Amino acid sequence: MSTLSAALLVLADGRFPAGGHAHSGGAEAAVKAGRITDGASLESFCRGRLHTAGLTAAGLAAAAAAGLDPLGLDAAADARTPSPALRAAARRLGRQLTRAARAAWPSPDLDALAAARPRGAHQPVVLGLVARAAGLGPLAAAYAAAYEAVSGPATAVVRLLSLDPFEATAVLARLAPEMDDVAARAAEAALRAFDEGLDALPAGSAPLLDITAEQHAAWPVRLFAT
Amino acid sequence: MHLDHPDTYPHRHTYSAPTRPDGTRRALRIGLGGPVGSGKTATVAALCRTLRDELSIAVVTNDIYTREDAEFLLREAVLPPERITAVETGACPHTAIRDDISANLEAVEDLEEATGPLDLVLVESGGDNLTATFSKGLVDAQIFVIDVAGGDDIPRKGGPGVTTADLLVVNKTDLAPYVGVDLAGMARDAKAQRGELPVAFTSLAAEDGVAPVRDWVRERLAAWTATAP
Repeated sequence: MSTLSAALLVLADGRFPAGGHAHSGGAEAAVKAGRITDGASLESFCRGRLHTAGLTAAGLAAAAAAGLDPLGLDAAADARTPSPALRAAARRLGRQLTRAARAAWPSPDLDALAAARPRGAHQPVVLGLVARAAGLGPLAAAYAAAYEAVSGPATAVVRLLSLDPFEATAVLARLAPEMDDVAARAAEAALRAFDEGLDALPAGSAPLLDITAEQHAAWPVRLFAT
Repeated sequence: MHLDHPDTYPHRHTYSAPTRPDGTRRALRIGLGGPVGSGKTATVAALCRTLRDELSIAVVTNDIYTREDAEFLLREAVLPPERITAVETGACPHTAIRDDISANLEAVEDLEEATGPLDLVLVESGGDNLTATFSKGLVDAQIFVIDVAGGDDIPRKGGPGVTTADLLVVNKTDLAPYVGVDLAGMARDAKAQRGELPVAFTSLAAEDGVAPVRDWVRERLAAWTATAP
């Protein structure tokens, strides 16, 4: 079902024009609070995000790629996103991804979701549907979501701390085996969700990310949208 | 109306569709870029003041790390607040106007949907370097704003903004005597870099100082109205 395809590289490329560059995934708040100060603390942050919000996003993406109802998944994403600021950001990013993907991989499924959620569906759900439109399977969709969960903060911290970009990339490389693991678990859960319902999907969350996202959204001066 | 052809299908989601979903013509989109402090926001404000009685206008700002430009325009009350939107750019203002225009496109379309139909949307970039240009996927024409106090060698040095913008504005001409700038020399350098592309020298401090830019915008709008459905 999931074969190796260059389409995954196109989709997961940090330059894919779907708005991700304006988001730090909570890294800006963590830098300000002194929780990310160097490569080692960036790695801890990314590891925590990967196994919580990252796993949850990867499960939703894999389920959408597997063909589960996107509107049901959109509601499941809402239930897994307690922070209103992060819900709004996820829908905004979902809308931006929809726009880019409808040009890159036109698909009636994306058109239907855009019509049903004109203000945007949750980004991981859209990501899974885009992966499906690009001929990718649930595992590839989970990979894209898992990678995004850590590449966004790493790129942001290079800008925020002037962190050595080689160090930031080394962090991502060291996390690669854990991304493999998260993607595999997410894809497995997506297949189970076919039989057991959406509750089989991961529902990990990072309360501190939710709390700081709410605080960050109220900052008058910030570099990143989240 | 024509039937969809497979080849044109993706373009519905990019700027090049000159119509909105309901079939009406969308607004002309003009981008304003240029270095920090050259007078982009002041130019936007002056354009709004001088054109708002004859045109339906909205503005998108791309501040680097605050909402200051948007708030300046709100404070100056050049337009009602619902016609001004700020886009956040993640410390990379040129990315938001060139490499990943998705957030700006949403902002433009939301403005049209909420306050439209509009005649003109001005998209102001966050102050950036001389290489920043707008994607053709975002705007129909772009203005690059520099000022005499930023150095009279900028037109000579060129760069994508100076050489390719549809209109080069050299602002703050009133300061020329105080900073020892030779305006004629700047005009010669700009001509050498830009060929037939127009250059406007402005002093927004003067009465109706934005007139050359306003006249150019009117010309673009007339051309847009004549060609688009």
